Amino acid sequence: MPFIPNSWIKDEMLKEMGLKSVDELFSDIPESIRISDLNLPDGLPEDEVVKLIDGISRKNKPFPEFLSFAGGGIKPHYIPSAVRHILLRSEFYTSYTPYQPEASQGFLQAMFEYQSVIAELTGMEVANCSLYDMSTSLGEAVRMSIRINGRKRILIPRNISRERKSVLKNYIAGLDAEIVEIEYDKKTGKMNLDDLVEKIDDETSCVYIENPNYFGIFEDDVEEISEIVHSRNALMIVGVDLLSLAIVKPPGEYGGDIVISEGRTYGTPMNFGGSSLGIFACKKRFIRNMPGRIIGMTHDIDGNRAFCMTLQTREQHIRRQKATSNICTNENLNALATLVYISLLGSEGLVKLAKKNMENARKLYESLVSLPWFKPVFSSSFFNEFVLTSTQDVFYMNRELLKKDMMAGLPLEREFPELEKCMLFGITELYDENDIAKLISAIKEVYHV
Amino acid sequence: MYRFASFDEPILNRLPQKRVEVNPEIEWIPEKLRRKAPPNIPNLEEQQVVRHFFRLSQMNYGIENGMYPLGSCTMKYNPKICEDIANWKAFTDIHPHQDESTVQGTLQILYELEQMLKEITGMHAFSLQPAAGAHGEFLGMLIVRAYHESMGNEERREVIVPDTAHGTNPASARMAGFDVIEIPSNGEGTVDLEVLDKTLSDKTAALMLTNPNTLGIFESDILEIADMVHDAGALLYYDGANLNAILGKARPGDMGFDIVHLNLHKTFSAPHGGGGPGAGPVGVKENLSKFLPVPRIKKEGDRYVLDYNCPHSVGKIRDFYGNIEVCIKAYVYLLLMGGNGLKEVAEISVLNSNYMKEKLKKSEFYHLPYRDLRKHEFVVSCEPLRGKKGIRAIDVAKRLLDYGLHPPTIYFPLIVKEALMIEPTETETKEDLDRYVEALLSIANEDPEVVKEAPSKTPNRRIDEAFAAKNLVLTWKDI
Repeated sequence: MPFIPNSWIKDEMLKEMGLKSVDELFSDIPESIRISDLNLPDGLPEDEVVKLIDGISRKNKPFPEFLSFAGGGIKPHYIPSAVRHILLRSEFYTSYTPYQPEASQGFLQAMFEYQSVIAELTGMEVANCSLYDMSTSLGEAVRMSIRINGRKRILIPRNISRERKSVLKNYIAGLDAEIVEIEYDKKTGKMNLDDLVEKIDDETSCVYIENPNYFGIFEDDVEEISEIVHSRNALMIVGVDLLSLAIVKPPGEYGGDIVISEGRTYGTPMNFGGSSLGIFACKKRFIRNMPGRIIGMTHDIDGNRAFCMTLQTREQHIRRQKATSNICTNENLNALATLVYISLLGSEGLVKLAKKNMENARKLYESLVSLPWFKPVFSSSFFNEFVLTSTQDVFYMNRELLKKDMMAGLPLEREFPELEKCMLFGITELYDENDIAKLISAIKEVYHV
Repeated sequence: MYRFASFDEPILNRLPQKRVEVNPEIEWIPEKLRRKAPPNIPNLEEQQVVRHFFRLSQMNYGIENGMYPLGSCTMKYNPKICEDIANWKAFTDIHPHQDESTVQGTLQILYELEQMLKEITGMHAFSLQPAAGAHGEFLGMLIVRAYHESMGNEERREVIVPDTAHGTNPASARMAGFDVIEIPSNGEGTVDLEVLDKTLSDKTAALMLTNPNTLGIFESDILEIADMVHDAGALLYYDGANLNAILGKARPGDMGFDIVHLNLHKTFSAPHGGGGPGAGPVGVKENLSKFLPVPRIKKEGDRYVLDYNCPHSVGKIRDFYGNIEVCIKAYVYLLLMGGNGLKEVAEISVLNSNYMKEKLKKSEFYHLPYRDLRKHEFVVSCEPLRGKKGIRAIDVAKRLLDYGLHPPTIYFPLIVKEALMIEPTETETKEDLDRYVEALLSIANEDPEVVKEAPSKTPNRRIDEAFAAKNLVLTWKDI
């Protein structure tokens, strides 16, 4: 058997142990539930597996063979080759959670550096080593807020993704808390501050805002929002696009108490929505209520600098049901990817990248609104995603584009009935003018122009 | 013998940096939201970055450095081809909102993986979405909640866990809003049926169980336990951390479990990644399948589809469909091993564990509490060693590092004093098992002062964790 070296000396080992058959080792399983075999095919040699899966993989159409301009968070980005090479250092990817710090100084130092760059980007004082993704980060942030102030009223924007709302609802299912949605301004697409003022009260635990928001729009009234939130002694949770933080004021400078983000953008492929990276940062005074692993710097008995996991008394393996979260396995390797990615680009590269994303978004926007079938919906400035309304049936448009292996924007009307015929577009640095031109001419062909 | 490299590697922002002018301002951002100064991130050349992380990697121990027998963690070898395939562009570069017709390959793999997991566990439906074992437990508890609510039994608010349970079990139950009742094990190290009987009531929502349990002991009374739990109107939850021991030998579904979670990064050989990403699929019996998260993966004719039309579903527990690349690695592993290979996995992992146990229990320094026959892992107590020579489990663990070996899990489960919890897995050679046992026996015979001062051959000697908690230095700004 592959990967099982003792298969061929099994009898020798049994004999040494005074056993006749391996079955004796399973005599503690009641006979009525013992099975003789699984109804699965026998194992295949590696080359046959490769051939088989190669055939299956051809049924996928990856970027840019399939060209999507859908917004909604996840988009293709370029990942420098060095990222993959570092991740494939097997000392990193085949290691376990660093419970033995003396054997894990490499990963521990890297995670200390990760916490540092996340703190720099978000303007927060501390960050943990990762949660699963941005939506679970939101769930944990709200739970943390409720732990901190004991209040049970949660304010969130109405314009966040439906899936994120569902995750949040599940994360607080056991807490008897109430979720209240704040309207967006129908003209600007920004948070409706009057509605916020009306809905916030002294029972409000936290207010969540996204910046840029789900429509790609910058919430530039954040100072006012912060004032409203903090005048009620509630916490402000800010969900950000990591990519934008190189050029956008970090939430730490406008009163954010907890900052969450999606780390996939920096160094983790789309993977059909696969493993991501939940970024989670906060003010230091809240740290004992923080979920997840935290790395601290310390020293060894010789006085040399060293790193270890710290404040573990918050965690499930020590505190069990009283832990701040149940999280154990997190997304450490993706956190490493993000750290390596950020290290390779530096502040110079990150700023350039963010600007390039904005530039491409404007090119796409201009090209689309120059067509007779698209009009802007909101008047505000956006990052690399934006909403347009169409004179046409957007589902039909995407069905037709699909024949050319393309997708325009993400239709929004299922999530927001009032945004009938609206699409959320998104673009990154990975697209060039030819890609945009391809989309434009494909749309023209749909309408026979 | 494996030796760590040791570098005085500076923190990233102390590496020599390029001096560049960076202007983050851009007119398209509203004035009051513009960043005035660039983030304080160093600007380095690629080779500096690569060298930095290369050096850090050499101060880290992975499964390819040597044996890594952490109990309940199933640190087995991770076949290279699984990594390669999961990194094919056809899999990495597809968008979750792409039309189903353009992602049929991945959907087929996910669908087939679900079918294989159903066969392996004896469950009727799976969701691959949970990102980790604990995330699977949390989903499992949400399903327990939804089930009892659908039966009009909102008053069932208690989840029972044995005192040998993983810490995630009570934490997950609590997160889903349940009160946790911990029950003591009997003299055999297994569930005490009398205590269980007294604890079960019309308030009980579920019993969470790991089988074999964290002592490596199979709960032989499992069928009685299942009956008792079901008679009380509660559900039986299976923590799949220890599934490796029974692959192809017995199935949780046949034992009467209603909900299981698996750890693809343990049992099915996806790497642990230094703590993730993993994947914690959840399987359920037919009557609970309607509660699984959306979307479900279905096959209609020869097409694979994502089905959102599930009115009873608990909804979402994360973005999109799961840690897909981890699922692909597990799928490749399952094709390589096949049904026959999985059975061999269980047999040899149990053989290896009992082989080591037999050798260790003869030592006057290590005591094997509870029943003799173990599954894929076993727990010995260093209590005799502590009594005779003042050497504690933590000292043994640290000294193993000087032998170039990764220590086992220590001080768990909590009911064994000075516990060493050892899980060799099936991927180690007999010589490696022998060497590990010899190291443990040799440490017991060493000068206690040397052992208590260990490690001495790692990049750092014993690390002051208490200092770290008292003097929080958590980012480079704090230095």
